[in-house]
Amino acid sequence: MPPLARHGSRGCKIMNWMLALPEIVLACAGLTILMVGVLPRQNMFFGCTMASIGALVVTAALVLTVPDGTGFAGQIISDGFARFMKLLVLLGAAIGMLMALDFNRREGLDRFEYPVLLLFATLGMLIMLSANDFMTVYIGLELLSLSLYVVAAFHRDNEQSAEAGLKYFVLGALASGLFLYGASLVYGFAGTTSFERIAQALLDPAGRSQGLTLGLIFILAGLAFKVSAVPFHMWTPDVYEGAPTPVTAFFAAAPKVAAIALLTRVLAGPFAELTAQWQQVIILVSLASMVLGALAAVGQRDIKRLMAYSSIGHIGYALMGLAVASDEGLHGLAVYMAIYLAMNLGAFALLIAMRRQGKAVSRIEDLAGLGKTDPAMAMWMTIFMFSMAGIPPLAGFFGKLYVFLAAVQGGFWTLAVVGVLTSVISAFYYLRIVKVMYFDEAQAPLDARPQTLTMVMGISGIFTTLFFVMPAPLVRAAQEAVTALIG
Amino acid sequence: MNTVGFPLLSLLTFLPLAGVAVILAVRGDEQTVASNARWTALWTSLITFMLSLVLWFRFDKNEAEFQFVERLDWLSDFGVTYHMGVDGISVLFVLLATLLTPICILSSWEAVQNRVREYMIAFLILETMMVGMFCALDFVVFYIFFEGVLIPMFLIIGVWGGQRRVYAAFKLFLYTLLGSVLMLLAILLLWCTAGTTDILELFTLTIPPLLQTWIFLAFFASFAVKVPMWPVHTWLPDAHVEAPTAGSVILAGVLLKMGAYGFLRFSLPLLPVASAEFAPWIFALSIVAIVYTSLVALAQEDMKKLIAYSSVAHMGIVTLGIFTFTQQGVSGALFTMLSHGVVSSALFLCVGVLYDRVHSREIARYGGVAKIMPAYALVFMLFTMASVALPGLAGFPGELLVILGAWKVSPWVAFGAALGMILGAAYMLYLYRRVVFGRITRDDLRGLLDLSPREYAVFTPLILLTIWMGIYPQSFLSFFEASVAALVERHHAALGAARLAGL
Repeated sequence: MPPLARHGSRGCKIMNWMLALPEIVLACAGLTILMVGVLPRQNMFFGCTMASIGALVVTAALVLTVPDGTGFAGQIISDGFARFMKLLVLLGAAIGMLMALDFNRREGLDRFEYPVLLLFATLGMLIMLSANDFMTVYIGLELLSLSLYVVAAFHRDNEQSAEAGLKYFVLGALASGLFLYGASLVYGFAGTTSFERIAQALLDPAGRSQGLTLGLIFILAGLAFKVSAVPFHMWTPDVYEGAPTPVTAFFAAAPKVAAIALLTRVLAGPFAELTAQWQQVIILVSLASMVLGALAAVGQRDIKRLMAYSSIGHIGYALMGLAVASDEGLHGLAVYMAIYLAMNLGAFALLIAMRRQGKAVSRIEDLAGLGKTDPAMAMWMTIFMFSMAGIPPLAGFFGKLYVFLAAVQGGFWTLAVVGVLTSVISAFYYLRIVKVMYFDEAQAPLDARPQTLTMVMGISGIFTTLFFVMPAPLVRAAQEAVTALIG
Repeated sequence: MNTVGFPLLSLLTFLPLAGVAVILAVRGDEQTVASNARWTALWTSLITFMLSLVLWFRFDKNEAEFQFVERLDWLSDFGVTYHMGVDGISVLFVLLATLLTPICILSSWEAVQNRVREYMIAFLILETMMVGMFCALDFVVFYIFFEGVLIPMFLIIGVWGGQRRVYAAFKLFLYTLLGSVLMLLAILLLWCTAGTTDILELFTLTIPPLLQTWIFLAFFASFAVKVPMWPVHTWLPDAHVEAPTAGSVILAGVLLKMGAYGFLRFSLPLLPVASAEFAPWIFALSIVAIVYTSLVALAQEDMKKLIAYSSVAHMGIVTLGIFTFTQQGVSGALFTMLSHGVVSSALFLCVGVLYDRVHSREIARYGGVAKIMPAYALVFMLFTMASVALPGLAGFPGELLVILGAWKVSPWVAFGAALGMILGAAYMLYLYRRVVFGRITRDDLRGLLDLSPREYAVFTPLILLTIWMGIYPQSFLSFFEASVAALVERHHAALGAARLAGL
C-alpha cells in the first residue's frame, strides 16, 4: 500500500496521540471498569454504572480540550463538527446509562456488563465521529454494533429481547457487510480509503468512475441501516419493542446522532464532488422516511413501536437537511439532532417509568388517565409530544423550522411540502397519546418513579419548553460545527 | 417610540405566565389548590387587564405607525428579532383579549370543578398566546404565538368539553395545523427572499406577482381556516358545541379574529396584487358563508351550534369588508370583529347560564324562561338584538360600514352583505322566541334561579360595552382610522405601481 508507506516515513509528528486522547482514555477506563467489575463477589452494577458515567464526563471534558487537526497518519480527525457531535453522543450515552439504573435492578438485569457494554458502544461512536478513513469508520461502527447486539438481547430469558438481539445482529451484520463491500469498491476505484485522498481523487473528472458511485451507494445503504432510514428501517420497530426499555432509549438517542453525523461527514467530505449522485438517493430516503414514519405510526398500540416509527420520521426530517446539500441544510441537521436527542431522552425516561404493579408496561392504553394519577409526568409527556409534533413554542418546532428553511431556500419544494404534510399526520398520533392521558378514564396509577427518571424528565422538559427563550447558543454552536466541516 | 418607558407589551404578554408559575407552586389538598388557582388566575388576568388600559389611554390615535415598540435580539444570525408593537388595527384586540380572559375565568368559577388547576393554567397560557400574537411584529414570533394557541385550546376542549370532545378537539387541532404549516412554508419563502422576517421591513418589499399568488394561497390556507370561511368552517360548530362555556367565549371572542387579523396584517399590505386578484373569490365565498350558514343556523336544534353558525356568517361579513379595500369596508370589518367579539362571547355566556342550571343546550328543552328568569331574559334580549345589528347596539355600526364599503365595489356585493342582516334577524329572533317566550312546558324549569351576583359581574362589562359601541362608535373607530387610512392608501399605491410596471 504505497499511500500508507509514505505516511509512515514522515515519522511520529503525524502520529498525533493528543487527538485521540478522549478515545484512549475512554478505552482504558472501559477495560479498567471491566476488570474491577469481574473481581469482587458482590454486585457491581451500581458502582460500574457510576464509574462509567464518570468516565464519560471526563471524556467530555477531554473532548473540549483536543486541538483541531488530523492524526494517526491521517486516519483520524478532530474538528468542530466532531466535537459538537461527540458532546451530544456523550450526553446521550451518560443519560442512557443513568436511566437504566433503577429499571435494570427491578428487572434483574443489574449486571456490571451493562454499563461496560454501553461504554464500549460509546467508544465506537466516538471513533466513528473522529474517523477520517473508511478503515477507522469500520472499526468504530463494528465496536458500536457488536456492543449493541449484546445489549439488545440483554434480557436473555425474555423471548422478545432475545429475538430483538438476533434480528438486530443478522440485519446489522448484513448492513456491515454492505458497508464493507462499498468501502472496498471505493478502495478499488480510488486507490485509497482516506477521506482526504478520495476527495482529491474526485477533483479530477477522470477519477469519478461508475464503480466509485456504486461503492458510494453500498456505503449509503450500510449507514442508512444504522440511522434506520427507509428502506433499511425494518429492524427498528421490532428491536425497539423487544429490547428492554432503557436499551431502546439508548438506541434511539446517541447512536442515531453518531450515525447521522458520520453519514454527513462521509457525504459532505470525501464525496462532496459526487453530490449530484448521492443527493437524489438522500432525497428519496428522506421522503420515504417521513411518509412511512407518519403513516405507519398511526395504527400502533405499543408505545415503543410508536416511538420507533416516530424516530424513523424524525430521521427523515434530519436527512432533509442533508438532502438539501447546503450550508443551511447541514446547520438545520445539526440543530435538529441536538433537539431530537433532548426530547427523546425525556420521552424515554417516561417510557422507562411506565411500570404497574412491578411490571414494565408499554401499551398506549397503559397511560390512560395519567393526567389524573400523575399530573407532573403527564405534563412532561404532553410537552414532549407537542414538541415532537413540532408545535411552537416548543423546541421541536425550531428543529423543523431550520430544516424547512434550508429546503425552501434551496428550492426543494417537494421535500418541504411533504415534510409539513407528514408533520400534520404525525401530529395525529402524538395527540393521541395526549388524548389517552387526559381525556380517557383513569386506570390504576403507575408505580412511583425513581428520582433519576424524574430528574431526566424535568431537565429535558425544561429544555424543551424554554428553548425558545435562548435559542442562540445552540444555534450558533451548530453553525460553528458545520463551518468546521465544510469550511 | 415607547411612550410609557417600560416594556408594556411584553409585560402584558408574559404576565399571565407569572400567574401560571404561582399556580404551579401551590401545594395542598384538592380544594385548596382549586380555590387558590381560581383566585390567582382571576387576579393575574385582572391585573393584566388594568395594565392593558394604559394602551387605551396612552395610544396616540393620530399616528398610523406602530407604537409601544420593543425590540430585542433573538435569532439575530437569521434576521429574526423579538419585535413587538401595536397600531390602530391591533391595539383594540389586545384589549379585547385581556378583557375576555377575566370574564372567562369568572364564568367558569363554579361550572368547572374538575382539574381546576390545569384549567386555569390553560387559560392563562392562552392569554399569553393571544396577546403575544396581536403584538408580534416579526413573522416568526407571530407564527409561534399563532400556533401556540392550539395547545391550550386542544386541552380545554378535550378535557373539559362535552360528549364528542375528543373528535372536536382533534378536528380543531388538525384542521388549523394543516392550514398553518402551509403558511409556515410561505413565511420561510419570504424569509429567504427578504433575509428578514421583520414585518415593518417586509412591508417595504415588492414581491413579484406570481410569487404573490402562491404566498397568498398559502396564507389563505391558514387564515381562511381560522376565520373560518366557508367551506373550511366545519371545525367551528363542533369545537363550539363541545367546548366548555369559557372555551366557546374565547374561541368566538378572540380566536376567530386571528384569521381576519392575519388577512389585514399580512395579506393586504404584503400581497396587494394577489389580494386584489383574489378579492372577487373572497366576496363569493363570504356571501356563500353569509347565506348558507344563516340558513343552516335556522335549522339548528342546539343553541351553541346556532350561535356558532351565526359566527361564521358574521365572519363572512368581516372578510367581505376587508377585501373591499375601502376605508369604510375595512373599518367596518374591524368594528364588526370587535362587536362580534363582545356580543357572541356574551351570547355563549347566556347559553352557559342556562346550561349550568339545566345541563342541556337543546332549544326544544326550554321555553317560557322569561317568566322565571326576567333579568336573564332581558340580558339575553339585549345581546340578541346586538347580534342582529339593531341600531343603537354594538352590531350595527360595523355592518353598516361594511355595506357602505361594499357598495363602492359593487351593489351586488353590498346586497350579499345586507342579506346577512336580514337572515341574522330571522335565526336569532327564532332562537330567542323558542327559548325565552312561550309557555313553560317542563316542570324542572320552574325552579330555576335568576342571575346570581357573579353572573351579573360577568355580564355587566359586556352590556356596557355593547351599548357604548352602539351609541358612540367613534370612540372605537377613532383608534383605527389613521392606521386603516394608511393601509388602504398603501394598498392602492402598490396596486397603481404594479399596474404601471405591467404596462
